[in-house]
Amino acid sequence: MTFVSILYGLLFWVATLVLVVGVGRRIYFYTQISVPLKIPTTPAPVTQSGVVWRMFREVVFFQSLFRANKYIWLFAFIFHMALWLVLLRHTRYFMEIGAFLGFLQPFGKYASFAMVFGLAGLLARRILVDRVRYISAPSDFLMLALLIGIGLSGMMMTFVAHTDITMVKGFFRGLMTFDFHPLPASPILLVHLLLVAILMLVFPISKLLHAPGVFFSPTRNQVDNPREKRHVSSWALELEKKNQIYRDEVKNG
Amino acid sequence: MADYEVPKLNGEGYIDIPKIKPDAMAGKGPFVAKPDFQKALNFPTDFAADPEGGYELVPDWKERALAKMDDLRHRYRSLQLYLDICVKCGACTDKCHYYLGTQDPKNMPVARQDLMRKVYRRYFTFAGKHFPKLVGAVDLTEAVIDDWYNYYHQCSQCRRCSVYCPYGIDTAEVSMAAREILDHIGRGSKYNNEIIGKVFKVGNNLGLPQPALADTLEGLEEDVEADTGIKVRFPLDEEGAEVLLVTPSADFFAEPHVDGLMGYAKVFHEAGISWTLSSYASEGANFGMFIGSYENMRRIALRIREAAIKLKVKRIVFGECGHAWRVAYSFLNTLAGPFDFLDPKYPVPQHILEVTWGLIQEGKLVIDKSQNDDKVLTFHDSCNVARGSRMGDKPGGQFEYPRNVIKAVCNHFVDMPADTIHDATYCCGGGGGLLTDDLMELRVKGAQPRMEALKYVTEQQGVTHMAAICAICKSQFTKVIPYYGFKMDQIVSVHQLVSKALVLQRPVSVQARPDEDDDDDEDDNDDA
Ligand code: HEM
Ligand code: HEM
Ligand code: SF4
Ligand code: SF4
Repeated sequence: MTFVSILYGLLFWVATLVLVVGVGRRIYFYTQISVPLKIPTTPAPVTQSGVVWRMFREVVFFQSLFRANKYIWLFAFIFHMALWLVLLRHTRYFMEIGAFLGFLQPFGKYASFAMVFGLAGLLARRILVDRVRYISAPSDFLMLALLIGIGLSGMMMTFVAHTDITMVKGFFRGLMTFDFHPLPASPILLVHLLLVAILMLVFPISKLLHAPGVFFSPTRNQVDNPREKRHVSSWALELEKKNQIYRDEVKNG
Repeated sequence: MADYEVPKLNGEGYIDIPKIKPDAMAGKGPFVAKPDFQKALNFPTDFAADPEGGYELVPDWKERALAKMDDLRHRYRSLQLYLDICVKCGACTDKCHYYLGTQDPKNMPVARQDLMRKVYRRYFTFAGKHFPKLVGAVDLTEAVIDDWYNYYHQCSQCRRCSVYCPYGIDTAEVSMAAREILDHIGRGSKYNNEIIGKVFKVGNNLGLPQPALADTLEGLEEDVEADTGIKVRFPLDEEGAEVLLVTPSADFFAEPHVDGLMGYAKVFHEAGISWTLSSYASEGANFGMFIGSYENMRRIALRIREAAIKLKVKRIVFGECGHAWRVAYSFLNTLAGPFDFLDPKYPVPQHILEVTWGLIQEGKLVIDKSQNDDKVLTFHDSCNVARGSRMGDKPGGQFEYPRNVIKAVCNHFVDMPADTIHDATYCCGGGGGLLTDDLMELRVKGAQPRMEALKYVTEQQGVTHMAAICAICKSQFTKVIPYYGFKMDQIVSVHQLVSKALVLQRPVSVQARPDEDDDDDEDDNDDA
């Protein structure tokens, strides 16, 4: 076991913990906050299954984005779909893959081009369109740079300087089963993994929360039935029960 | 006409997305509410006038503002989530009529949210606490408060941005929260808060007391009788009527609103539905929404519940008003429900268009469309009706009902370009508590996208009139369209068109006064 392998082993443990606990806590936080009013953006579905279908269209096809701006949609759609393919292909570093994931391997491999292309398009917009440049903070550029860095370093390994996949798999399975194996000594792999770890670490404290967050958005996940079904939040109910108008009256007794 | 340039229309129906012009709308914002007005709404009053003619902030304003923000983000998931998840994709940047009309980048929805998001990040997130520059977080300073006050009063809470955002981020939610925070540190808007005070004191936004209202309604009865020869009633506080009509108080006197009110009255008359207005709840609009104050919004809404109980009505119907209908349709049951004491056969509340369209479909109204042959109509979807409510039981009914009614009473109707109607509609430019003279420049410029669309159908399809179903739209347009070369009376109420085309068949109102010389005794039962 090299020092680097131990360091990376620790890094990935921490990063995984931060990612899982951080995102988990954030999701829990969102579930705990009340939604005092019915605010679906109408026309909205009038049934729960309609809401599921609306959310599906948003998450899979980015429907609202499509209506808004065809360029952003194109780049965003290419990037995200390619990202999923790449991630599916990556399952092979963590587990034995079945026929389906095996079938996806070549797609994941070439999806990397699409992914980087999409990211580059988004970055170009951020630099070239004055409105988007105006709303961008340094972190918005860095996030794209980070993902492009991950993509390019990954592609380097896939298409230029191969690394020992079996060893990578051994290392990560080892982390999961506490049966430690070293990483291959490949600088590109180390860069790839370092960037990935950074991505995992910032996920719960950055705009990447949009991935779990979209499911909690009241303008998209509420059923349009306010007249049929009364909707009251817990703190508003307290006002009602105490027969008060203002919350500070309740608090002061 | 004005000390700023009124935008020129290009005649293509759409606005070209303008380049950003930072600080184009920098300024002080609308007049600030004095402590007296704040008091009526249970907001802090520990601030005083400053030597420059404005008002100071309350002591410890910074801590109190942050405490309020913290409170709100724990009670409104929308606020917390939307501050977190915006990816700055830019999809919303060209969707706001105020950005299109003013070019000020802070009027881009995401930039408007950012005014608060930057402060949220600085005080409530790890990244903003430790790396403020990296994530664009800023300290809360008085300059930031000034920016909030100015730019959160350049948002009409029309929700157009939320239609296009991939996560449905609704800038209205953020600007409502911002106004609630500002109200807690001595920065309420005079226009909104003074009006809410009047509702609490008198019952409506105009401060029209019961006797004046009764007078006005009597005048209207005389007008309609002079016009049609029939005593159509405009009942006030009549116990036992079937319907309580709640309508924006502008309907009582402003043009073209009042023509709409006559339309409702004639529809009820013809259908033989007894109805009444309430002097206690003589206001359909609920400005509590504009200032993001759940408590004040509920306090206003509860008046309607009380009036309904006191007048022993069976149904509640709302008149033509956009924001009123959003609060009524989406919030009334939440704020003032449950309405189990009303007739369960009808949804609570109903929109007057639901009533009228229902009657038209049942063939209960005799209509002479040719009465409106002097006009070619188009229809302005009010933002809050389009994106925050519904009519009927199918999604999108809010677009169909008004158009169906217009087409049933007019022979000539055309729609404006597709990107400016239905849920893509543009706000009139005066919604969300901005319908005040101290924001005239904003209102004129914010109307530009709608004016482009109107000009297009005027030139291409000979449109002569634009119908609306919102008191704010009607007031805003009649005031602003002259700047763009149209005439005030080109704006009409939908029920004004109904009123014109409706041929009255019923000689005596079901609510005819007992002392009147009517020979029809069975009709008196309702009031007994
Ligand atoms: C449920 C899953 C997800 C959905 C529905 C979703 C949706 C979206 C949408 C609609 C956008 C806006 C368009 C754009 O700017 O690209 C966006 C942006 C973005 N997404 Fe996702 N996303 C998801 C998961 C992820 C994940 C897992 C990542 C992380 C690797 C990610 C990274 C990004 C980034 C970095 C941006 C900003 C792009 C820019 O700077 O313009 N997304 N996402
Ligand atoms: C612990 C997590 C990860 C490990 C162990 C890992 C490892 C690897 C390895 C070994 C390769 C080279 C594959 C080959 O030579 O055939 C690779 C490629 C790649 N990686 Fe990763 N990676 C991880 C996470 C990620 C993430 C999160 C992304 C995207 C955001 C990503 C994007 C890519 C891309 C685009 C390629 C090139 C295309 C491909 O072969 O799939 N990787 N990665
Ligand atoms: S709610 Fe309407 S006015 Fe406010 S930012 Fe969004 S589009 Fe503009
Ligand atoms: S569309 Fe939504 S996610 Fe994109 S910048 Fe605007 S508010 Fe943010």
